[in-house]
Amino acid sequence: MAWYIVRRVLQGIPVFFGSTFIIYSMVFAMPGNPILRMFGDRTPSEAQLAALEAKYHLDQDFFTRYFLYLGDILQGDLGTTYAGQSVNEILARTFPTTLRLAILAVLIQLIAGVIVGLISGLRKGGIFDSTALIVSLVLISIPVFVLAFVSQWFFGIELGWVRPTVGPGAPWEDLLLPAFVLAALNFAYVVRLTRGSVIETSQEDFVRMAYGKGLPKRRVIPVHILRNSMIPVTTSIAQDFGILIVGATVTEGVFNVPGVGNELFRAINRHDTPEIVSIVTILVIVYVFVNLLVDLLYGVLDPRIRYVKK
Amino acid sequence: MNIKRLALGGAAVLAAATLTLSGCAAGGSSEPTSSPTDGGTTAPATGSLVTVSWSEPENPLIPANTNEVNGGIVLNSIFSGLMYYDADGTPLLDAAESIESDDFQHWTIKIKPGQKFSDGSPVTAESFVKAWQWGASNPELLNQWWFVEAVPFKGGTYDAVPGEDTLALEVVDETTFTVELTQPMADFPVALGYTVFVPLPEAFFEDPDAFAEAPIGNGPYKFDSRQPGESLTIVPNEYYDGPRKAQNDGIKFVAYATLDAAYADLLADNLDIIESIPTASLANFKDDLGERAIEQPSAVFQSFTMNANLPHFGFDEEGILRRQAISHAINRAEITEVIFAGTRVPAEDFTSPVIAGFDPESIEGSDVLKFDPERAKELWAQADAINPWSGTFQLAYNADGGHQEWVDATVNSIKNVLGIDAVGFPYPDFAGLRTEVNERTIQSAFRTGWQFDFPSQANILGALYVTGAGSNDADYSNPEFDKLYQEGLTSSTFEEQTEKFNAAQAVLFNDLPAIPLWYGVTTGGHSTLVDNVAFGWDSWPILHAVTK
Repeated sequence: MAWYIVRRVLQGIPVFFGSTFIIYSMVFAMPGNPILRMFGDRTPSEAQLAALEAKYHLDQDFFTRYFLYLGDILQGDLGTTYAGQSVNEILARTFPTTLRLAILAVLIQLIAGVIVGLISGLRKGGIFDSTALIVSLVLISIPVFVLAFVSQWFFGIELGWVRPTVGPGAPWEDLLLPAFVLAALNFAYVVRLTRGSVIETSQEDFVRMAYGKGLPKRRVIPVHILRNSMIPVTTSIAQDFGILIVGATVTEGVFNVPGVGNELFRAINRHDTPEIVSIVTILVIVYVFVNLLVDLLYGVLDPRIRYVKK
Repeated sequence: MNIKRLALGGAAVLAAATLTLSGCAAGGSSEPTSSPTDGGTTAPATGSLVTVSWSEPENPLIPANTNEVNGGIVLNSIFSGLMYYDADGTPLLDAAESIESDDFQHWTIKIKPGQKFSDGSPVTAESFVKAWQWGASNPELLNQWWFVEAVPFKGGTYDAVPGEDTLALEVVDETTFTVELTQPMADFPVALGYTVFVPLPEAFFEDPDAFAEAPIGNGPYKFDSRQPGESLTIVPNEYYDGPRKAQNDGIKFVAYATLDAAYADLLADNLDIIESIPTASLANFKDDLGERAIEQPSAVFQSFTMNANLPHFGFDEEGILRRQAISHAINRAEITEVIFAGTRVPAEDFTSPVIAGFDPESIEGSDVLKFDPERAKELWAQADAINPWSGTFQLAYNADGGHQEWVDATVNSIKNVLGIDAVGFPYPDFAGLRTEVNERTIQSAFRTGWQFDFPSQANILGALYVTGAGSNDADYSNPEFDKLYQEGLTSSTFEEQTEKFNAAQAVLFNDLPAIPLWYGVTTGGHSTLVDNVAFGWDSWPILHAVTK
């Protein structure tokens, strides 16, 4: 197990260098001079262009810039934005908000999805099951921004139950609505996954055996059926979590959540090379780490899977 | 046993999550930000602060380095220049007592005595002179242009070395200083209302970077606190005793990722003032807000430009005929109505209706902006007789700015009238478009625009069309225009100046270095909780007058 973890972490190193290099070269390849953008419709003088290009190292060739950047990042300095803000501070500020939003969304989809999926699976073909299937189909087919705008308008403006956007300090209660929106799509998948899994498990010999032994439903359902149905669901949810913490740009934009997705969107609009590369790099690392956890979870959930030294 | 394993799995995920969370929180705690609750003892409760939609400034909060609206509106509130503009753009004295000159070239400026910065240090003639010298001396600063081109300061140069005093400014006494220009400029006091001409306290020169984190000014408000990525709060400055005295308990600028989010908050009374209505809500905002909706003309001029080197469009007989034909072929009224839902006004001249002196009717040749298919075809045929047309008319735009709809409509209008191939040519982003324009490598017409920096026709005419001007993207050069512009600049009365500028515009109407399209419209709105909300000539809300 320990060996497996070490090997996976070591594999992360080339991923880190590869991703920074690819992202850096992609941003570098974006056409146009970001300095000219700063002046709007006005044309800067030669001297101004030269001074600002030198300030942001834009006058150097690609490899010099890339290694300058890499040197800083290895020392823990993610650079500064064109507005002079430290990217470290930006990430320290925005990442916890996005993480809280992701945790909330995952909890909602887990609890709601598993309960609905379980009931559906146990009462296959019933009214509840049919309704759940239709609702999940509808949720899957609605684009997230539609859901976001409609729920913002309905709950935030028409009913006034919640603030339409996330307030100062991003308190948990303000994050609830965006979390529900984020959870809605994955909720549908969790319901379907749980349902299918429960139906399959219910037909297994050990379940019939358990009923045959005379065990009550309240024992068989959670212990024998649910637990054995949770393996695909858990990994799916863990992967959703990985996607959610790297920022839900659209949802964060609609609800004005001061998170990573929002910040990245702004950075791309501004052509802010150091900020884009640093944020994306950190997100890649986080994603790799979450995937490692997911893989380890398999082993925990399913004793048949063991990570051993070959 | 089995249950325990499952629970353990779940706990592992949560534990990992908590770890990452606390890791980040620890990293953030070194940041010197104050939480919203303890954000300055002088700040009143958020409830009585006027909240304004905003976005993080793109540059540090230094007057000489801020050229966009988000940083600008903050600096405009915490600093007072010599002049300020009232709602319709009339320049009035703010920190200055008098600004005088006999020849419009040598100016003597007296400031009101006894003024103080919000840190208690005195505002003197020296505060102005040092601030301007600093701003003029560094080519890294985005507003250096003001000291070199926008205003012809004697000594102003792009080759300045940081720290060097280049401008011919002289401190006479505690409250008086003189300015020398390279040529007369009657509009000099009008230009002085721009934020780049504010004074700076001694604290600035000790550490400009630290200053930008919490600027100290002499304006109606003072900086209170800032939550990066979320908001910036300013409160009334008790030392300020000028004409813009704050009528509210303070302003909280709230950062929004999208205007749509801000609009949703406005409807729920969570936001007091929105600076611009999002495109998606333009059709219904007047119904939503009723009397709280704001719509008025703005000092934004939009056009497209063809460089002198574009084949068939040089400033020779053929090119000028083709330029006029293109202009006659665009149905501005229909495009502004259909595409912009009335949030643009068809252009009638090269300036803007909110700028004093606007009088297109009286200018010879201004009917070139009228939609006239017959005349367009006639002019185009005349040009064809000189040199037959070949190729496709292309209009370049940046695809990240929502321009596609009007560009398509405009080229269709040209195509239908003239019977030539005409297409829009998208660049992925604004930087890409400007790079090609700047390097003169662009092989098509391209969209251009101008937002007035100060309310004078001289601002746009001088920056865009004078021979060799920095933003003369067309490389236009007409000695007659240059002469009339220069005469207008040095006219001693406003009437005389308007006459000269209008005559200069008549030259532009013939040559069409840019094809005027339409003027911008300021759209905005306010919540039910505030009163006295008005937007100025520059499309900014007049914050000090708002009551809550």
